[in-house]
Amino acid sequence: MQKTEIMVIGGGLAGMAVAYGLARLGRQVSVLDEGDTALRAARSNFGLLWVQGKGYGMPAYARWTLQSVALWPQLARLLLDDTGIEVHLRQPGGFQLCLSDAEMAEESRRLCWLKDALDGDYPFELLDPAALRKRLPGVGPQVVGACYSPLDGHVNPLKLLRALHAACQTRGVTLLNGRRVSGIAQRGEGFEIASGDQRWHSERLVLAAGLGNRELGALLGQPVPVQPSRGQILVTERLEPFLHYPTSTVRQTDEGTVQLGDSAESVGFDDGTSSAVMADIAGRAVRCFPRLANVRLVRAWGALRVLSPDGAPIYQALPGAPGASLLSCHSGVTLAAAHALRLAPWIAGEQALPEISPFDLQRFTTPAEVRHAS
Amino acid sequence: MPADSLFRQLPTDAGLLSIEFDGQTLQVPAGVSLAAALLASGVRRSRSTPVNGSPRAPYCMMGVCFECLVEVDGVPNCQACLLPVAPGLRVRSQHGARSLSPASALEEHHDDA
Repeated sequence: MQKTEIMVIGGGLAGMAVAYGLARLGRQVSVLDEGDTALRAARSNFGLLWVQGKGYGMPAYARWTLQSVALWPQLARLLLDDTGIEVHLRQPGGFQLCLSDAEMAEESRRLCWLKDALDGDYPFELLDPAALRKRLPGVGPQVVGACYSPLDGHVNPLKLLRALHAACQTRGVTLLNGRRVSGIAQRGEGFEIASGDQRWHSERLVLAAGLGNRELGALLGQPVPVQPSRGQILVTERLEPFLHYPTSTVRQTDEGTVQLGDSAESVGFDDGTSSAVMADIAGRAVRCFPRLANVRLVRAWGALRVLSPDGAPIYQALPGAPGASLLSCHSGVTLAAAHALRLAPWIAGEQALPEISPFDLQRFTTPAEVRHAS
Repeated sequence: MPADSLFRQLPTDAGLLSIEFDGQTLQVPAGVSLAAALLASGVRRSRSTPVNGSPRAPYCMMGVCFECLVEVDGVPNCQACLLPVAPGLRVRSQHGARSLSPASALEEHHDDA
């Protein structure tokens, strides 16, 4: 049996960000990754660092998101120093384009609520069509307005994943690919983890396997209430740069392709595509940016978000399994910096992190009134 | 510019037809894909990549790799391996990413619609 100090299960953005943070602290870390048959949200996401609107109804999530985007330049620098990989972080602010007055009213209402909840420390602008067209030339006549947050940004998510893998290897993390975990047992002061015939012993354990955390939690007797939400993404041929800001549904990547997306469906574990949803996504993109009308699409895919009942992350030291931590989240790109530079020291036991206590599992079982009163 | 071809054409009764590549007239076999016609004519560079500008030519010949992108009759980023040759095609190398029409022209068009 091989021994490691900390075993991270899950080699996606969540697991690798934490593994990287732990390795930077000098911890001995191994990562078990399921392989190409896994759902792999980290290989199919949109690449936004998105602030605006997140945490509506849960200010702690808005603050945590703000903390992460503030840390992101540091993460990008560390990854560049460790690996030479430029992840193409850009934080010029982002636009949510609205195609009806109702959409504009709803977005505005949410942003105003968040600004109040954060005591005014939540910058955004509401733009009428004339103001928007000055900031974002090429927006179509059907766009009635937009919300702009100076804190939004984007990154190349595949380069981010590659950089995290490379940085972890540079710092001595053992990456174990193609291992689906079949058993976890508490053994003395640690855990015995099984994958087929192989066994590993670790003092600490981090569950960061996306939707796979449901099964991993069950192995430790801990229900993990995450559900798949399918998003479909379309990608165009490479175009000369025309869109210098991310929007929530359309963004141009550093290499010229344009990603279109932001659908949400509850279809279980089906990560396929459907023509009706793809047509909706493409139609909305063309209404937002009419010059996309004659552009070719070259790829499309479906992917499953990892959503908790309130959409916010779950961070939990498992009460029934001392030394085991649970990490489930949807926004693995936005939160990568917080996971590497804040959550990892907490998991290592080096730092208290009171701001994540609202993200425990208990919130899904305790009545809301009681929690707010306490 | 076309040079000696790396490929040899199999005997065929289909005959030849004329296309234009970067301003030069090529006699190419009928009944093949545009990508095959370019390779048969000795074309060794049909695009440069948008990412780092390196030269490319048709590769997978089955619509997957996008290395064979060319401009055909004014339409950018066409996959030459998926297009049959036709007499008089005007083909140009695809250099980098395609440009977009000015937004204003299209917006006016949409306003008229």
